[in-house]
Amino acid sequence: MSAVTDLLQQVVEGLGSGAVYASLALALVLIHRFTGIVNFAQGELAMLSTYVAWQLVASGMPFWLALPVTLAVSFAGGMLVERIVIRPVQGAPELTVVIVTVGLFIFVNALAGLIWSFTVKDFPRQFPDGGLDLAGVRVDWSTLGILGVVAVVMGLLYLLFQHTSSGLVMRAVACNPSSARLSGIRVGRVLMLGWGLAATVGAVSGVLVAPVLFLEPNMMGGVLIYAFAAATLGGFDSPVGAVVGGLIVGVAETLTGAYVDVIGADLKVGVPLMIILAVLLVRPQGLFGRAAVVRA
Amino acid sequence: MSTIAVTLGTDRARRLRAALTVLLAAAVAVGAPFYFAPFQVFQLTMVLLYAVALAGLNLLVGFGGQISLGHGAFFAAGAYTSAVMLDRYDTGHLATLPVAAAGCFLLGLALGVPALRLRGLYLALVTLSLAVFLPPLLKRLEPVTGGSMGLIVDKPQPPAWSGLAEDQWTYFVVLAVTAVALLLARNLLRSRVGRALRAVRDDESAAEVMGVRLSLHKTLAFAWSAMFAGVAGCLYTWVIGFVSPDSFSFVLSVTLLAGLVVGGLASLYGPLLGAAFVTYVPSVSQDLSEAAPGVVFGLLIIAVMFVAPTGLAGLPGRVPVAVARRLSDVAARRPSGVSAVLHRTPPAASAPGPESPSRPGTRASEPLTPADPETVGAPPRTEKE
Repeated sequence: MSAVTDLLQQVVEGLGSGAVYASLALALVLIHRFTGIVNFAQGELAMLSTYVAWQLVASGMPFWLALPVTLAVSFAGGMLVERIVIRPVQGAPELTVVIVTVGLFIFVNALAGLIWSFTVKDFPRQFPDGGLDLAGVRVDWSTLGILGVVAVVMGLLYLLFQHTSSGLVMRAVACNPSSARLSGIRVGRVLMLGWGLAATVGAVSGVLVAPVLFLEPNMMGGVLIYAFAAATLGGFDSPVGAVVGGLIVGVAETLTGAYVDVIGADLKVGVPLMIILAVLLVRPQGLFGRAAVVRA
Repeated sequence: MSTIAVTLGTDRARRLRAALTVLLAAAVAVGAPFYFAPFQVFQLTMVLLYAVALAGLNLLVGFGGQISLGHGAFFAAGAYTSAVMLDRYDTGHLATLPVAAAGCFLLGLALGVPALRLRGLYLALVTLSLAVFLPPLLKRLEPVTGGSMGLIVDKPQPPAWSGLAEDQWTYFVVLAVTAVALLLARNLLRSRVGRALRAVRDDESAAEVMGVRLSLHKTLAFAWSAMFAGVAGCLYTWVIGFVSPDSFSFVLSVTLLAGLVVGGLASLYGPLLGAAFVTYVPSVSQDLSEAAPGVVFGLLIIAVMFVAPTGLAGLPGRVPVAVARRLSDVAARRPSGVSAVLHRTPPAASAPGPESPSRPGTRASEPLTPADPETVGAPPRTEKE
């Protein structure tokens, strides 16, 4: 295998993991757009959704039926979380909100451990083994599948936001909640919808990554860090940025793991830290984000 | 004249009471290791060293209004600094303390500069990824850190003249360092730096107008708080005599934050209460299930932020007020049946609609900002429902 195909091979694999980071980053960005909150519990909510899917499959439901059920449960769960946990601190200082989401993180993580124990579970593979062979570069069906699913999610979100009336309402709330409220929009319900959507998108990332990482309560911890790096790189208020950022982070992670000996496979988790620091130093608003201008 | 005299009198009384409290606490603290069994003394020692870390975190979160999800990393850095110095250079315990402190201070300074360019949120991200990155890094640096096996180092040995057991001696050493550290934290908060920090937390623009250099003070607060965490880590090495990467996972960072929030943000005693909380709650609840401490921590953090943002330390001040208010409410409502009927709001309107800002949120913001403009200025939104 030549150096070039080897490189391309790594890029393809990076895109595969990058797509997972992209979908979790998308969930983070959705919530940030709507509420200005960075949800530290996003990964754990995704993990919980994945457990729901696992439970359904384990009790005999075929995977492709369990998936929509899981997504529906996650949607409802996300709305509930917004209503019960986040609404009471809406408008409180950022510190309060962040601490609450961290509390949610700890609680959900431990809850999953309490219900399903901390032992690792095997998650059914959704895509067949094998793959395409493109000029020496092997593209697994699972990589293609993950990329495809994330593209579909992106497309659906685009249609929802740009071409439906509820999407318009949601954009109005994201843009200016007070004006939206004055024009008769029930902002609270829209925020619940936003959290439900984010939880659904997060659930997709959890289900996609579970066969690779194996299912356990701490599964999404690492993914969350990459998703944060992706969102920072793309800009916390840009859904497109989240996806592009996710793919870049995925490729950067795989390439550094493969080619930089000092880093290697075990220190790859340092890559998001480097990316976050670099972005903050060079272009703090991210690639696609707008610099926040605040009137003091 | 008389009011001044009274003020002076109460002031003197207050000072006397404070001095007595400190003396009593000191007596209890000194007497404790002679009364309790070795394991209990060990637990008390852990409470003290966690209190140092929490006091540092409190500088940043409670008084600085910034958030760190990675203080476990500085704790680990301090612990490893001490362990490596003891293991490789055999420097003696005391020499490791200033090195650990200075090292963590510089590390905090270096990380604070990029992280604090924007809102505090990014500090949380950077520290979170640091906390996740550190354990594999420690494993990788095997020649120095001993890899996943960790390092075993000597505990400080009691000198012969003291006649103390090892656990008692360690307790006293940690007690001394903790006392100095807490005093330092207190004095820091009462100095220029502390006032500047509080000003920044309460209103950045106003603070800046008053001549406080925002980025300098935020970064310094982060560095100070990293230093305290490093000192606590150094003490940890002394107490446990063993460090390994898995002792300093992300869970430690989250536990520290949980302890601080439950103990009481922006309170001087909060760190001590929080330290007791993070030491004793896991040891009690672990018997129930491996996951029980997490469930308790998570629920308590959320509950504290909803109903008592000042944490345990604030309860003595809050509960009497709340009870008095409730009692006066009841008393005011009781007497006239007619007006009560007249003034009773219809159930539909009194139920908090999804859009109305609900009360716990404003309560959560109480100690950090004076008032929530949303709820003060906004018209009642219930009629839109």
